[in-house]
Amino acid sequence: MTSKTLVQISKDLAAGTYSSLEITQDTIADIKNRDPIYNSFISVSQELALAQATAADARIKAGTADILTGVPFAHKDLFCTQGHTTTAASKMLANFVPPYESTVGQRLLTAGAVCVGKTNLDEFAMGSSNENSFFGAVKNPWDLNAVPGGSSGGSAAAVAAGLVPAATGTDTGGSIRQPASFCNLTGIKPTYGRVSRFGIIAYASSLDQAGPMCQNAQDAAIMLNAMAGFDEQDSTSVKQPTPDFTADLNLPLTGLKVGLPKEFFGTGLNPQVAQCIMAAVKEIEGLGAQIIDISLPNLERSIPAYYVIAPSEASSNLSRFDGVRYGYRCDQPTDLMDLYCRTRAEGFGTEVKRRIMVGTYALSEGYYDAYYVKAQRIRRMIKDDFNRALSQVDVIMGPVAPTPAFDLGSNTKDPVAMYLEDIYTLSANMAGIPAMSTPAGFVNGRPVGLHIMGNYFAEAKLLNIAHQYQQVTDWHLQKPSSNGLPVSNQEKGA
Amino acid sequence: MTWEIVIGLEIHVQLATKTKLFSGAKIGFGAAPNTQTTLVDLGMPGALPVFNEAALRMAVTFGTAIDAQVCKHSVFARKNYFYPDSPKGYQTSQMDHPIVGLGHLDIQLDDGTTKRIGVTRAHLEEDAGKSLHQDYDGMTGIDLNRSSTPLLEIVSEPDMRSAKEAVAYMRKMHAIVTTIGISDGNMAEGSMRCDANVSLRPKGQEKLGTRTELKNINSFKFIERAINIEVERQIDILEDGGKIVQETRLYDADKNETRPMRSKEEANDYRYFPCPDLLPIEIDDAYIDAIRHSLPELPDQRSARFVSTLGLSEYDAAVLSASRNLADYFEAVVDVCDDAKLSANWVMGEVAKYMNQNNIEIEQNPVSASHLGQLICRIKDDTINGKGAKTVFDGLWNQTGEVDEIIAARGLKQVNDVFAIDAMVDEVIANNPKQVAQYLAAQEDKRGKMLGFFMGQVMKASKGSANPGQVNGLLAKKLNALC
Repeated sequence: MTSKTLVQISKDLAAGTYSSLEITQDTIADIKNRDPIYNSFISVSQELALAQATAADARIKAGTADILTGVPFAHKDLFCTQGHTTTAASKMLANFVPPYESTVGQRLLTAGAVCVGKTNLDEFAMGSSNENSFFGAVKNPWDLNAVPGGSSGGSAAAVAAGLVPAATGTDTGGSIRQPASFCNLTGIKPTYGRVSRFGIIAYASSLDQAGPMCQNAQDAAIMLNAMAGFDEQDSTSVKQPTPDFTADLNLPLTGLKVGLPKEFFGTGLNPQVAQCIMAAVKEIEGLGAQIIDISLPNLERSIPAYYVIAPSEASSNLSRFDGVRYGYRCDQPTDLMDLYCRTRAEGFGTEVKRRIMVGTYALSEGYYDAYYVKAQRIRRMIKDDFNRALSQVDVIMGPVAPTPAFDLGSNTKDPVAMYLEDIYTLSANMAGIPAMSTPAGFVNGRPVGLHIMGNYFAEAKLLNIAHQYQQVTDWHLQKPSSNGLPVSNQEKGA
Repeated sequence: MTWEIVIGLEIHVQLATKTKLFSGAKIGFGAAPNTQTTLVDLGMPGALPVFNEAALRMAVTFGTAIDAQVCKHSVFARKNYFYPDSPKGYQTSQMDHPIVGLGHLDIQLDDGTTKRIGVTRAHLEEDAGKSLHQDYDGMTGIDLNRSSTPLLEIVSEPDMRSAKEAVAYMRKMHAIVTTIGISDGNMAEGSMRCDANVSLRPKGQEKLGTRTELKNINSFKFIERAINIEVERQIDILEDGGKIVQETRLYDADKNETRPMRSKEEANDYRYFPCPDLLPIEIDDAYIDAIRHSLPELPDQRSARFVSTLGLSEYDAAVLSASRNLADYFEAVVDVCDDAKLSANWVMGEVAKYMNQNNIEIEQNPVSASHLGQLICRIKDDTINGKGAKTVFDGLWNQTGEVDEIIAARGLKQVNDVFAIDAMVDEVIANNPKQVAQYLAAQEDKRGKMLGFFMGQVMKASKGSANPGQVNGLLAKKLNALC
């Protein structure tokens, strides 16, 4: 069953080729069997999954099935799942069982999808390599020496390894797109407010947005259909009608105006990655699009601004993890201060503590104007840049990351080098616009993603472009060898 | 040296919304711990706040009631600090953009003059939970029922110059918030409490002295006592050449002293920043105007009406309109007996006296307005006299029955029968020849006073039930006839 797409599984279930219970059992067995190589799952929710699968089979039998009914998927372990441990890949929440379901999770359950488990991530979604996890690093199925990207690295690896057809992710600064790029997947970060944040453990509230990670654009559109929609429990969710994201997949790209920002192709971009991207752009031009050079002059500023805003919000969002009500509590606290200090010192990992401290500093009296206020000003400038650019072009394209997946351990000693990984992805979160990654080639056997960004609520347009591109290319059909060893002969067609 | 006292108040008013400021949890006093909570109030991971529009309406109602600037754009900010009863590690409040801006409030001083106190701002914020230190033997219990309860924090300018002014300001605020119905104003249950900033400066000096902040005072009486005791403490320090330390102090009502809670050096840096989970509040003129037009009669307007249409004195009107419940009670009494002056006398007299003696507020007053109104009717129709009326009131207070039942049971019905009174007068004159002789020998201007003795004798003979007016008239007539 491995590496079947969501649509294929859905068709098989409808045809009765196998039942949801069967594929769910197989999926769980497969995870138990093969995932020790990748470490892409933190936990498997066997009992809940089998119950959901049984219910799905009843629905299929009754003829009330949705396209997702009975289809297995995995949740990034940042989505609260009722009755099943939700850890955020942190020691702090290693024992936390939420008595509630995230809105996205509830929507997927309502559609009948079967959650088989929770995937690994950088602790509290802070990281670009999935090396900051209390549960250990995740390995890239395309090359076990490489990182899968982060923070949704477990979701990316699980789908790339063919363990599940789809997984949820969250993207605060690139955490869906960069791992999708590193693992040859289609991942989309919707417009801020399109998908409810309720029940997703917050990292940086004004930037966090959930989205799907799949094998292709069609699957992603189907997943997004289930995930998106206004939620009165999230005040920042947008009261906009949710279109059928699959409806426009087959529209032709004639007349599409594609902007290439020169800032996306400067120094720092791996030349082979640049080649892949330019080849993909050429392909899209061949589909009738018009390529236009544009500029996003404040792109560089997005890194320092992001690394002020996101840690500032995080420092406040993570204050609730104090050892008082749930989660980790240090042994034998001597007094309240000791309880707080040791619980948080012992419960959080290094990168989380680093960001809490950076954020605390940026918000403190006397520094607030110099850091937080200034960063917000840059954020507005970036938004203005996009507004200007997107009044000239329909979408913007470029690389997702400056390099293909890097080696495990290669960036861990230098947090700033790690932060530079996010240069092309941060700005979409700062502006709140939708953006996605679609497979566009390989460099030394490691995948490269094409970055497509669009205007607010233009997810259907982005998915349409990715789908059309996937009709004329086969990058997204490439699979890693099942043993997870480097694949050197995958660079055909570049 | 003569010191000038400078006081500013921060009043916390708990808004009377049905549900919390950021969650759908119900609000109610006295529920079992942690039963009135949702994921949001418990600070669970991934839980998000949703703003309760009812609290916005109430804040805007307050702003229009004190004629303040109502801000069309206001923003929730997070005030970050760690404490066990602060489940999220921050309190959602308003900092740079409060919902209500500059306004003012007029208070009546003892000398009858009016003083205008500036209101700096009023902002919406959520309350914290409670730490319960008793009953948990060496541990602390946390009750989050109060967590995310809506508060309106009303900050005054440092315009008050005595504890009495501070009390008058607090009372006026209480009257306004209860009149416009945004709070039950129940201070015993914490629905209204205040922090007082107190400092001293040499009279004539413009620069403010170092202030201390007295936290969480929850009764009118304690405001006065706490400020006065703190002023004494500060004067002692300053006159000994010492310096006031800027700090937060707690008023201990049992010991009648203030003591430090925490000093400014160890104070938190709250790291305020706009709450990213909540959108800014945007309202327009139409929204504000609609609320302004639906304001009920405010205490000052009510006081003016008591003067103009009920004929009360300015003083009586001000006292009776000082609280919504008191004014409602008074008007309900008037509705029954149709005599504003007598009603005012009774409410400000016996009712106030009994309330003071029993240390209760008008809401707990056991004598209903309709009972007091009936009592006044019985005075007006000469069924009882003033003395009897006081006995009836005492009976009502002690819940011994209805007005007419008490009159009958205690034999308080006034004797208005001229012949009966005539006979009693004759008898008293006949039985007291010595006093009659003295009366007749006295100068005319002294006789009025001496008449009191005979009055007392007749009333005694009637067991207090004779109509005093009739007795008085007959006595004067008959004694003077003997001259």
